[in-house]
Amino acid sequence: MLKDFFKKSPNIQRRTIKTTQIPDGLFQKCLKCNEILYSEDLIENYYVCPNCNHHIRVNPRERLSMILDSGSFVEWDLDMELSNPIDFPGYKEKLQHIKSVTNLDEAVITGLGRIGGTKVAIGVMASSFLMGSMGRAVGEKITRLIEAATDRRLPLIIFCCSGGARMQEGMVSLMQMAKTSAALKRHDKEGLLYISVLTDPTTGGVMASFAMLGDIILAEPGALIGFAGPRVIEQTIGQKLPEGFQRSEFLIEHGFIDKIVKRSQMKKILSMLIRS
Amino acid sequence: MTDKLTPWDRVKLARKIDRPTSSDYISKVFDSFIELHGDRYYGDDSAVVAGIAKYNYQSITVIAQQKGKNIKENKKRNYGMPKPEGYRKALRLMKQAEKFKRPIILLIDTPGAFCGIEAEERGQGEAIAKNLYEMSSIKVPILSIVIGEGGSGGALAFGVSNEVWMLKNSIYSVISPEGFASIIWKDGKRAPEAADLLKLTAHDLIRLKIIDKVIDEPDEFTVDSMDNLVNDIKTQIQQFLDSHIKMTEEEIVSSRYNRFRTL
Repeated sequence: MLKDFFKKSPNIQRRTIKTTQIPDGLFQKCLKCNEILYSEDLIENYYVCPNCNHHIRVNPRERLSMILDSGSFVEWDLDMELSNPIDFPGYKEKLQHIKSVTNLDEAVITGLGRIGGTKVAIGVMASSFLMGSMGRAVGEKITRLIEAATDRRLPLIIFCCSGGARMQEGMVSLMQMAKTSAALKRHDKEGLLYISVLTDPTTGGVMASFAMLGDIILAEPGALIGFAGPRVIEQTIGQKLPEGFQRSEFLIEHGFIDKIVKRSQMKKILSMLIRS
Repeated sequence: MTDKLTPWDRVKLARKIDRPTSSDYISKVFDSFIELHGDRYYGDDSAVVAGIAKYNYQSITVIAQQKGKNIKENKKRNYGMPKPEGYRKALRLMKQAEKFKRPIILLIDTPGAFCGIEAEERGQGEAIAKNLYEMSSIKVPILSIVIGEGGSGGALAFGVSNEVWMLKNSIYSVISPEGFASIIWKDGKRAPEAADLLKLTAHDLIRLKIIDKVIDEPDEFTVDSMDNLVNDIKTQIQQFLDSHIKMTEEEIVSSRYNRFRTL
């Protein structure tokens, strides 16, 4: 059970964990090819559609269970203070609501775990939480993760998944790009490894900061990865974008990522890379 | 008088076509300027003007986002929207400044990083990310001044500095008010409301500690009325240089790190 996977750590309170974001039903439809899939098969197949290879978005706790050694995860910085730096109307209420529906604190989970026995500092973003957007809490959690990795001399892995800066926090959200990038530079100067893994979607301010700063940048197949969102570009240039534009395969062709890795292979590849 | 302006009024002033652009500051603030071109990888982006300036007998690297003064020049300057090669030129010259121990002054005036097919193909996001990353550890003092529009990540890639100043009626925002209104309310016409919510004026941002100084500007602000402002900026730049010359390289880098770490 996934529940057994999260180890209790002394200063962190235990929480109930929803085992999966797949609905209770026995079957589910692939959003890409419309194939009806048996839920248990889907789970066994890492939430990848066996018919069309579509990598269905997974919640961060599922992701951690696919990547880390069982029972090895200790979560850091739970219950960050809610901030509303520009007093955006209704923002706090919205956050409270999303917290209760997603059972997540914020759009990223960070902590310490092991992959094949090797310790790693790891962060996983959640598209289900305001589209994984980065405000102060997300930027702060990621910065603390990077700084902890630097202090403890650990390799760092971040699974990116975000629509970009969280505009409800105004300029404070933009500043998180600078904060996280500066922390990564210090990690880099210590000669430590950072692997960023781009998942669907990785765009905007996250793409234009820590997502693209990995020593090694991996991506899942078919993930949308770009600075400007495709709709914005279409509106700006007044034409349709070519098929496959800003997908992982497009980025590897243009030399911006190191490798496209299928979800079923991700743990193995990460495990090899952190030992290289 | 301008203190009664709404945020949307300031957005319009910040974008006004006859507002002084970077080249006006470069010619009026500095004693001389030699422009240097190109990113050494792909091309030369004319939305970014960069080079070595003399200021009170000191050499300074100046890197500026350059809008045009009319439609023709704006086409050449791409309306001040840099492409990846513009950010890479900026970074190349910041590294050069570090090598020769020259302070760096950046002028910000862009609606945002250029958004188009070729910018994505050449790694707009990577270019911006690399600037944030590298600027955080450059060992010479960096000063950024927002003179007009500070449009999101495209502006921030010129803004990881020891100090960030804004002209009184300039703006600095995570997203354009139009973009915000069309995403949140599906109605770009509600941009004035969005400008209010976004807290994008100099006065809002100094309160939020995003910027360090607000520079006064005249109500009717054109090239002909910028002399007082130029004198003011000159004095303040000298003070900035004086206060940083006593600092060690480590102090310069760590004070910049801490400036952003606390945000």
